[in-house]
Amino acid sequence: MQNTQTPEYAIETKSLFIFYGSFAAVSEVTMKIEKQKITAIIGPSGCGKSTLLRAFNRMNDFVPSSYVTGEILMQGQNLYGKEIDPVEVRRKIGMVFQKPNPFPKSIYENISWGAKINGFKGNMDELVEQSLRSAALWDEVKDLLKKSAYELSGGQQQRLCIARTIAIQPEIILMDEPASALDPISTLRIEELMQELKKNYTIIIVTHNMQQAARVSDYTAMMMIDDNRSGGVIEFDKTQTIFTRPKDKRTEDYVTGRFG
Amino acid sequence: MIRKTFENEIQQVKDEVLLLGSMVEHAIIASVETLKKRDIKGAEKIIAEDKEINKKRFAIENQLMILIATQQPMAHDLRLLASCMEIISELERMGDYAKGIANINLRMGEEPLLKPLIDIPRMAQIGTDMLHRALSAFINEDVEAAKAIPVEDDVVDALYNQIYRELMTFIIQDPKTIERANWLLWVAHNLERVADRVTNICERTMFIATGEFNEIKSSDDEFWKGQKK
Repeated sequence: MQNTQTPEYAIETKSLFIFYGSFAAVSEVTMKIEKQKITAIIGPSGCGKSTLLRAFNRMNDFVPSSYVTGEILMQGQNLYGKEIDPVEVRRKIGMVFQKPNPFPKSIYENISWGAKINGFKGNMDELVEQSLRSAALWDEVKDLLKKSAYELSGGQQQRLCIARTIAIQPEIILMDEPASALDPISTLRIEELMQELKKNYTIIIVTHNMQQAARVSDYTAMMMIDDNRSGGVIEFDKTQTIFTRPKDKRTEDYVTGRFG
Repeated sequence: MIRKTFENEIQQVKDEVLLLGSMVEHAIIASVETLKKRDIKGAEKIIAEDKEINKKRFAIENQLMILIATQQPMAHDLRLLASCMEIISELERMGDYAKGIANINLRMGEEPLLKPLIDIPRMAQIGTDMLHRALSAFINEDVEAAKAIPVEDDVVDALYNQIYRELMTFIIQDPKTIERANWLLWVAHNLERVADRVTNICERTMFIATGEFNEIKSSDDEFWKGQKK
């Protein structure tokens, strides 16, 4: 298949460094994330994957000593610019965490709460249904909307968290090991859901599970620490290339399980 | 080294591919030798042994599938295992050519050879020698050798063309020789195909090593070009 269209990018980084105090946890990352594609970030523990992911929606701001240099651009705007409201950034760029973390409220309120805070004025019932449908959860919970989210299984809770993220109508969804606490069937359900979601959203996922990265993503960024223990992207390419003929020896060693 | 078990299993598969290769080499040489001597018992033995070649191929295929299913190979490992799948099928088909030659020997019955075999054993010798070196290149992932070996296919093609012309003159001189000439032509054709399949193995070796598919050349086309006016 030939695709002559020039790709559109949802977000890009330019010479991005992420510091914790004087320590550069992530160094010199310059990458463009294609719109409505799934980009996986892989690499050994401690290579800065999650740090990089959290930089995209300014979650690192909560770590007091952290700061970035360089730029993260969304539609040409630097997300770390002075005039930028980090809350607004997090509305546009949602996040799903490793462990499902629903609010201790009803299923319905888990969806409606964020929307209400964000000033949603439309039909709330519709938004809840639509969000739950998009997260492939509606059929399972449509008669339980008043029940506590805690009564759901882990896999269902994670899909609820995805529905909650979608309800805010973000442009990008960040996923930090979204299936690592789930059983294999729930994992596959999340992966299948991601393929649906990418029709409307750009997804960036951090995963330890290389097979998962290979299964779900369109692009893969391989991260590794350098001699100063600072993480960087050593190879970024189409997922099919990374897993069949990577260029960098370190990527080869990692994806074939010979790293370490 | 992590993944020592997997490494060992890969090594075992490679050893098995080599073993299959040597069974096939032996079958090709023996098929021509027994034809030369019109040794019917020998031909029957080759046909029986082809079953062993087929069995070995399926055993390796099974081993490969288990490795793919259980070890989730990636990158170089994946290219290697996927290519082994291809290579063992090439080898099995080469075994079939040897069996085909043994069958011709049986079908010839009491008929004597149309002519003493000189170029046909040479084709078998060159083809199996190419195969032998192609398999070493595969084991060592020697890209240079994998590139160089297919060039020798020209010699085999030239011999085939020569045999073809020679047999044609027999037929023209005495049309009663058609059947006996045809048998030998089939033998030569089988041997010509052996060398072609060696080329395929070399292409796979280059793919394993570099990750790139490169068709070296198709000598089938060369042959038919040679036949055009």
